[in-house]
Amino acid sequence: MMGFLQSGFDSLAAMAAMMPLQPPAASTIANSVDQLYLMLSGITIFFSVLIFSIIFYFMLKYRRKSPNESGTQTHTPMSLELTWTIIPSLICVGLFVWSSSLYVRNGRPPASSTEIFVIGKQWMWHLQHPEGPREINELHVPVGVPVKLTMTSQDVIHDFYIPAFRVKKDVLPGRYSSIWFQPTETGTFHLFCAQYCGTNHSEMIGWVYVMSPTDYAVWLAGGEKTESMAAQGERLYSQFGCGNCHSPEAGSHAPSLAGIYGKPQKMQSGETRIVDEALIRQAIYFPNSVHLPNYQSIMPTYQGQIDEEQMLQLIAYVKSLGSEERMNGK
Amino acid sequence: MSTSQEKPVESGVNYLNATYGIRSWLLTLDHKRIGLLYLGSITLMFFVGGMAAVLMRLHLTEPQGALFEPETYNKLFSTHGIIMVFFFLVPSIPATLGNFLIPLMIGARDVAFPKLNLMSWYIFITGAALALYATLSGGVDTGWTFYPPYSSLYSHTQVVAVALGVFVAGFSSILTGLNFIVTIHKMRAPGMTWFRLPLFIWAMYATSLIFVLGTPVIAITLFLLGMERILHVGIFDPSVGGDPLLFQHLFWFYSHPAVYIMILPGMGVVSELITAFSRKKIFGYAFVAFSSLSIAVISFVVWGHHMFVTGQSIYAGLVFSVLSFLVAIPSAVKVFNWTATLYKGSISYEAPMLYALGFIGLFTIGGLTGLFLAALATDVHLNGTYFIVAHFHYVMVGGAVMAYMGGLHFWWPKITGRLYPDLWARIAAAIIFIGFNLTFFPQFVLGYLGMPRRYAIYPAEFQVLNVMSSAGASILGIGYIIPLVYFIWSMRYGPPAGKNPWGAKGLEWTTQSPPLTQNFEEIPIVTEDAYNYASEAAHV
Amino acid sequence: MSELAHGAHPQGFAHQFEDVEQQRDAGRLGMWVFLVTEILFFGGMFASYTIYRALHYESFVTGSHLLKVRFGATNTYVLIGSSLTMALAIRAAQTGKKKGQIIFWLILTMILGAAFIGIKLHYEWFRDYQEGLIPGVQWFYNGPHAPGVKMFMCFYFFMTGLHAIHMVAGLGILTVLVIMTARNKFSPEYYAPLEISGLYWHFVDIVWIFLFALLYLIGGRYPGS
Repeated sequence: MMGFLQSGFDSLAAMAAMMPLQPPAASTIANSVDQLYLMLSGITIFFSVLIFSIIFYFMLKYRRKSPNESGTQTHTPMSLELTWTIIPSLICVGLFVWSSSLYVRNGRPPASSTEIFVIGKQWMWHLQHPEGPREINELHVPVGVPVKLTMTSQDVIHDFYIPAFRVKKDVLPGRYSSIWFQPTETGTFHLFCAQYCGTNHSEMIGWVYVMSPTDYAVWLAGGEKTESMAAQGERLYSQFGCGNCHSPEAGSHAPSLAGIYGKPQKMQSGETRIVDEALIRQAIYFPNSVHLPNYQSIMPTYQGQIDEEQMLQLIAYVKSLGSEERMNGK
Repeated sequence: MSTSQEKPVESGVNYLNATYGIRSWLLTLDHKRIGLLYLGSITLMFFVGGMAAVLMRLHLTEPQGALFEPETYNKLFSTHGIIMVFFFLVPSIPATLGNFLIPLMIGARDVAFPKLNLMSWYIFITGAALALYATLSGGVDTGWTFYPPYSSLYSHTQVVAVALGVFVAGFSSILTGLNFIVTIHKMRAPGMTWFRLPLFIWAMYATSLIFVLGTPVIAITLFLLGMERILHVGIFDPSVGGDPLLFQHLFWFYSHPAVYIMILPGMGVVSELITAFSRKKIFGYAFVAFSSLSIAVISFVVWGHHMFVTGQSIYAGLVFSVLSFLVAIPSAVKVFNWTATLYKGSISYEAPMLYALGFIGLFTIGGLTGLFLAALATDVHLNGTYFIVAHFHYVMVGGAVMAYMGGLHFWWPKITGRLYPDLWARIAAAIIFIGFNLTFFPQFVLGYLGMPRRYAIYPAEFQVLNVMSSAGASILGIGYIIPLVYFIWSMRYGPPAGKNPWGAKGLEWTTQSPPLTQNFEEIPIVTEDAYNYASEAAHV
Repeated sequence: MSELAHGAHPQGFAHQFEDVEQQRDAGRLGMWVFLVTEILFFGGMFASYTIYRALHYESFVTGSHLLKVRFGATNTYVLIGSSLTMALAIRAAQTGKKKGQIIFWLILTMILGAAFIGIKLHYEWFRDYQEGLIPGVQWFYNGPHAPGVKMFMCFYFFMTGLHAIHMVAGLGILTVLVIMTARNKFSPEYYAPLEISGLYWHFVDIVWIFLFALLYLIGGRYPGS
């Protein structure tokens, strides 16, 4: 009996050792989020304890002494009502300002970020580095470098969540969403899908490996030799005959794509849109909905022919055109 | 109050024995009997939903899942959510206690439209039957939120049948809300001015507003979802230009206010219980009354806080965040006023009061943890994790269900004319309180650690907290079965309750228990404010 | 006790009320609350429609031009006419006219309502079916903007279908009113059911006017506009 208890106790202790109370904080924003979390916990504990102790005190002090007793009727002072309306309001305003400024600050990726592309599909994560290597349910990143993820889904809504970095964003079909993080320590961290996506939702998980820059370089160089995403995109570009219309030599059927990425583009309706991932995707899948002045709407749709992964490679190619153009023009 | 003098001999006729037979119940137009019809139906739904919860918690005792395939687990949590939200929590207090009490509390013979009231019940059980049928014939695996495109294009389960069930039940809510609004406006007894109304009535009024304004939107949303699923026309399918996020906007436009449909009536019940068991006028009547209305109004403009991580614009995020903080304030005002009501009261601790105090404590925690989710920066981390699950169970179970249990215990003597064993009731209240906290407190930690909700299997480091939670759930389950036993026992063997066993104020306590079919011998004339405990020293 | 209260009063007076005045007020308020619910019901649809129209404006214009605007316009006149006859029926009851006159106006209202549904079914929906413009049922449109036009037609059928269901319910209510009038239920003192049903009927008309403008008249119908 004692032995049984003892072993039970031991296993409990072993389990308690396995049970952390705080997730690892491994990105540049993690600590700032934790500070706000601690503040909120402090407020929660303070007010809960306050309310509980007042209730207990009143319960003891004013307990009914005889069955026919009535409470002493009290007056409601306006000042008291105002106090407990205004103080919570001020606390809320303070919390709002704190959390929102943090959110706005955390939302902006640094300009120097490396970009990695993510496609969610039932029930796995496909990731591709610009240098070409692909991963499934694993993400290798170097420590200390800001990384921006551009994400889309091939089917239902997923959600890319790395608790240790305190980042999360829904991954939607038909549009690109992005998050960024800068890992601060090497190690292995959980990667979860945090939006219910069907039967094996709970198996749509993986690991993020944060490596030292040298290890990362070795990792990138190792494995199968792959072309860069832009090179893969270029092959698709010629395979689908995009250049027949879109190259400068082809005449005036379609705009040249060189140097177009990231620039404002005037639409026929008069509005101006920045050429970004979403617009390129829209132009390839729904060409009828992207009208440029001086061009006829003759482009066919490539929906069903180009999948989400190839789309990202084409986008990488269009992006690279901008830089080559600048280099060639020098 | 005019009818407070005792009649020496009571006739013995009341709404329960006025007529007999199954037809007299199924065709009744008496709001009290309709309330009991609802009580029976939602109790059934509660135990169906609860059974799903128990199975889920058992399954989650092991990281690889102890009992089921993921598919079955997904169906369990979906069933649990759908049944508990749409078929238990939403109708719980309004349709049972609200139906029973509103006419009694305002001094009316019945609600304004008794036939409509009965029709609401039939609509409700039709919806409930559809949902149960769908559950038994294969189930549904979309979660209670039905997000497309999963629900519209990918799920292979009974989505349309369940959505239809919820759609149908929605009309029951709308008609109930309509009935209550008209009843409260037009059926008050002479002298029962707005500011003499019990706070339960104010809460029911605010709830009814949400019923009437919110429910049609979820109805149309589910209609669109059903059509999309049957006809594949692409409303929520991005590959043909639809927008899956539109569904989320429409869904939460109803479903966030629906959270207040669940908690506002609970707040009303607690206002009644706190005053009755401290024999004291409520502290800050007008503040408590208007906070109900302001909660109802603000609840319609905070839906976007469910969508902070969907990629909505940063400005939308900021606006919804500040509005969500705003809704915390009227709730805080209520908590402070309830606490202050205890001050210099004459407090006794029968079971209903234990539930009320439990409500205040748990609702405080549930409300404050809501701040974590209104704050954008922390919401990004906590959204979609067990933190959310813990938070809304503190509000829905720790809040709404505690209040429902408290209200049921408080008015049971009025409903049945019998007393239940108070000792057992107190024991059950304590067991529920302990079991509840053990179940859901560990889930706050789990969420902060990053465990996503709706996971059939999970990484091993989360096991200890999950086992704690499952242990708590089994205690909670026992806590809910005990009242079922003694309530049924008391209907036959409980000692007669008399008119006013608690020495409480309010028109419902001035008539006999159980009341007459027409509620009052003659319509009372109200001459004083609610909770006027100062007027008489002696009770009963 | 309760049996007596439920059935014995003439003139449709219900036992739960103190007097006829209270009953009429309650009925009127109930109908207004119901109409608010209805506004939200259609409102969810209108909101979705507006968002998609903004997203796919050109497709929606193309879709709109596939509708049979002439019959839509005819139906608008028919419904406005039916609102007038409904109002005249109430007026007749209010001023204590013979029941034959009330019934005349009610039946005229019903005829106009039925004409609306008939035109809708025969000249619009049936032709849409023949032309393959019903998404998910019969669809062979392959002109420009096909996906967006399909979306537009979806909304067209959802919204006008929902409206038509309300019309059918309205015809049911009118039938009951005719029977009640024939049985001498109404008098200048008590005609609340007529008045309340009138509110409903006018509401359904107003919804149609919005639908007509939103669905048939977008993007300019005529060259040069």
